[in-house]
Amino acid sequence: MQITVDGTSFDVDAEQDMPLLWVLRDELGVTCVKYGCGIAQCGACTVHVDGTAVRSCQLALSDVWGEITTIQGLGSPDAPHVLQQAWIDHQVAQCGYCQNGQIMQAADLLQSVPNPTDQDIDDAMSGNLCRCGTYPRIKAAIKTAALAGGKGE
Amino acid sequence: MAEKTISRRRFLVSSAAVTGGLVIGTYFIARDPANPLTNTLEDGEAAMTAFVKISEDGITFIVPRADVGQGIASMQAYLIAEELDVDPHSVRLDTGQPHAAYANGVVAANGLPFFHYDKGFVPEATRSAMKTFAKLTAAQFTGGSSSTASMEKILREAGAVTRETLKQAAANLTGTPRSKLSTRDGSVVIPDGSTIPYTKLAREAAKLTPITSVSLKPPADWRFLGKPQQRTDIVAKSTGTQNYGIDVRLENMLHATVVRNPMVGGTARQFDAGAATTVRGVKKIVPVTGGVGVIADNTWRAFQAAAALEISWIPANKILSSDQMWDVLREADTPDNLNSQMQDEGDVESSLANRSDALEVEYKVPYLAHGALEPISCTVLYTKTHLDIWTATQVPDALKKFAAEKTGLAAEDITLHALPAGGSFGRRLDGEYLIPAIELAQAVPGIPVKTTLSREEDTIQDYPRPMALAKARGSVRAGHVECMDMDVISQSVIDSWFGRVFIVPPGPDTTLFWGAGDQPYKIPNYRVSAYRAPEMLPIGSWRSPGACSNIFFHEGFLDELIEKSGADPIEERLRLLHHSDSRRVVELVAEMANWKGTDIGPNRGRGVAFGYSHGVPAAEVIDVTVSDQGIRIDDVWVAIDCGTVLDPVNAEAQVMGSVIFGLAHAMNCERTYENGIPQQVNFDQFEGMRLHQSPRIHVGFSEQAEEIAGLGEPGLPPAAPALANAIYAATGTRLREMPFNKFVDFA
Repeated sequence: MQITVDGTSFDVDAEQDMPLLWVLRDELGVTCVKYGCGIAQCGACTVHVDGTAVRSCQLALSDVWGEITTIQGLGSPDAPHVLQQAWIDHQVAQCGYCQNGQIMQAADLLQSVPNPTDQDIDDAMSGNLCRCGTYPRIKAAIKTAALAGGKGE
Repeated sequence: MAEKTISRRRFLVSSAAVTGGLVIGTYFIARDPANPLTNTLEDGEAAMTAFVKISEDGITFIVPRADVGQGIASMQAYLIAEELDVDPHSVRLDTGQPHAAYANGVVAANGLPFFHYDKGFVPEATRSAMKTFAKLTAAQFTGGSSSTASMEKILREAGAVTRETLKQAAANLTGTPRSKLSTRDGSVVIPDGSTIPYTKLAREAAKLTPITSVSLKPPADWRFLGKPQQRTDIVAKSTGTQNYGIDVRLENMLHATVVRNPMVGGTARQFDAGAATTVRGVKKIVPVTGGVGVIADNTWRAFQAAAALEISWIPANKILSSDQMWDVLREADTPDNLNSQMQDEGDVESSLANRSDALEVEYKVPYLAHGALEPISCTVLYTKTHLDIWTATQVPDALKKFAAEKTGLAAEDITLHALPAGGSFGRRLDGEYLIPAIELAQAVPGIPVKTTLSREEDTIQDYPRPMALAKARGSVRAGHVECMDMDVISQSVIDSWFGRVFIVPPGPDTTLFWGAGDQPYKIPNYRVSAYRAPEMLPIGSWRSPGACSNIFFHEGFLDELIEKSGADPIEERLRLLHHSDSRRVVELVAEMANWKGTDIGPNRGRGVAFGYSHGVPAAEVIDVTVSDQGIRIDDVWVAIDCGTVLDPVNAEAQVMGSVIFGLAHAMNCERTYENGIPQQVNFDQFEGMRLHQSPRIHVGFSEQAEEIAGLGEPGLPPAAPALANAIYAATGTRLREMPFNKFVDFA
């Protein structure tokens, strides 16, 4: 089966029911997609499929319906996405392990709601667990990114 | 600050062996350990200290304290960079190899039965001896909020020694005396204004004896310290380019996992590989210590095969259920189990005699897992002559010791690659996963094997924070707290964790009373007795050990007494506190929150708590609202004193994170046991705080303390009692047991 990750196309020879998370991490070496819980409770594995945030630990390879974007497809250290820049400016990350998923979830939010209210942010982001307790800065960074034009394209 | 004097009666276990034995040895071992970089230098490379390496190619800082998210890699870099006069973002950071030069004296020194704020002669002499003790045992570990305190002077000195030696190299090359030279941004500046980059001076500097007579910059001259800094890892952690222990990729690497007896410490009686062998990609199924491992070509396939194994276990624990464990604790406050009585003022027994209005209550906290978001992983490459280990750990030298014992290889034939961690909270102070990971690598010599624990296996095998119980009695008179008597009862973290990882130090286990027996209050009749309960399970060090439970007990019960006395919770605490830095944080938090009492309107409530832990006083005020969806935490004000703040941006982050960690577990986390097996194994059962529950957090630093202290932990312990006290103000429900969601609903 062929899948496209951050604009590059790959041939994958794996079981139909292998979660996309493990296809990305162990078959393709795309380790920016993180394993946290394996049961869609933490959101560390969040990527976009066709622009929509999904938990890659729960998406079987055979169900991948479109192009995959990871945090590294969103932007780079030299050309960060507006959300990534806001995360840098607010120094959101502590351990940072959840932040790839947090940023991908936030990117999905800003695509649909460019100027989110506190309630919009709560609703969109509460499925992404952060054990270090960076939530106040996540909220602030999303607002900064929204003011800066959110979608960052 | 010697506001308390030490008295013999606090010592229920003699500390003579500590003071006597170690002080005698001090003269011989107080010299700095040899520089471990010396043997690694290549031609033209210079290392004047154990912390900075310079060659023509660039500058490398050795930052041995493990970054588990607290930002200590950055802090170590700023400290060296400040004196070396170089941009901390322009250097490479390397954790180095475990060595005595990187030992942590502060944790050992704080593990002594003195009040932390007592600077009398006997405590200081013994602390000094314990720092030497830590060097002897090469105890290099990251924990106890000790990294900044243990490293700040050493690293600034390392920067200064390197700077002066580089200046001497420039003096030799230019003929200008060192006293006429200065430095700027990684270069030595000659009086004519021309500059020589440090990298061009390395070859000459390598020939010199390091110049160790240096003076450190006064804080007024600091360029980096004390000012907002950008963490050295922040760009990587915001762009998906930070690699963690679990992300190791090596040529030909195989992926593995293990399943061990869910009754921790038990073994497998027998297993049937059966269906597991037919899972695609499975290479080998191997018995390992405590269970069975699967080696495959993909982690998910290893997980699938592990789930298909049929294993029968030999039970390990004698005590099987949480109910039985509470019974053990409740009966453990016997004279034989008395560990320490750090507070014993007045006469609590006569004070409480014939007082029908005395309060008598019980407080409880459960076992807790650490729940770092990155599951444990460990990559091992074994050959007959060498072992490479890649993992995220806070105890690198302990892991190296375990690996040497397991393989029979000498320490110099083992390389430990210490990698960044996706959280820890104390989880990575243990290395129980290393032996199975080595056993799997030994099954396929010459091929690297990455062993990853499933979330469930990580949680089950975790050595938890101990459950703890307090029995409290107290009374009030004439509008004030008159008497407080508290027994705190728990298993010993020091016995269990030190016993596994290092050696059990002599004397009382300080973590048993931290947060209860060492609080700087003067109550007319005041006794705090700590009891060492029998070991029911192996336990671990969890963010702010001891204090995370005991400050909840102490501040919850003190609040009950103050409420009964009719006094104001802030005013009465200020009256009872006898330590000026502690009083100052209570005053500051009251100013910040505009404190006017606990009543802040209908369906709302306000609570306060104070806590002194890891040498840092902290006071927190919390406001809650009772809504239709449940209790909402609106605001948290924190006043804290870690001395001079070295990086205000990260300091605030550490305090906010500690508060959220404290609130999260108080709200909804527990670890219970049935048939000896933990019942909460993933985040659906052990949730913590979600973003929508996260309050506004306002942090104030009073910066009165003379010594710089760490901030990874001390903001945590007052959060839970401040929340409980706020909920009482809002609802009239006194919460004496965690998690609180057994008694109230949260929005």
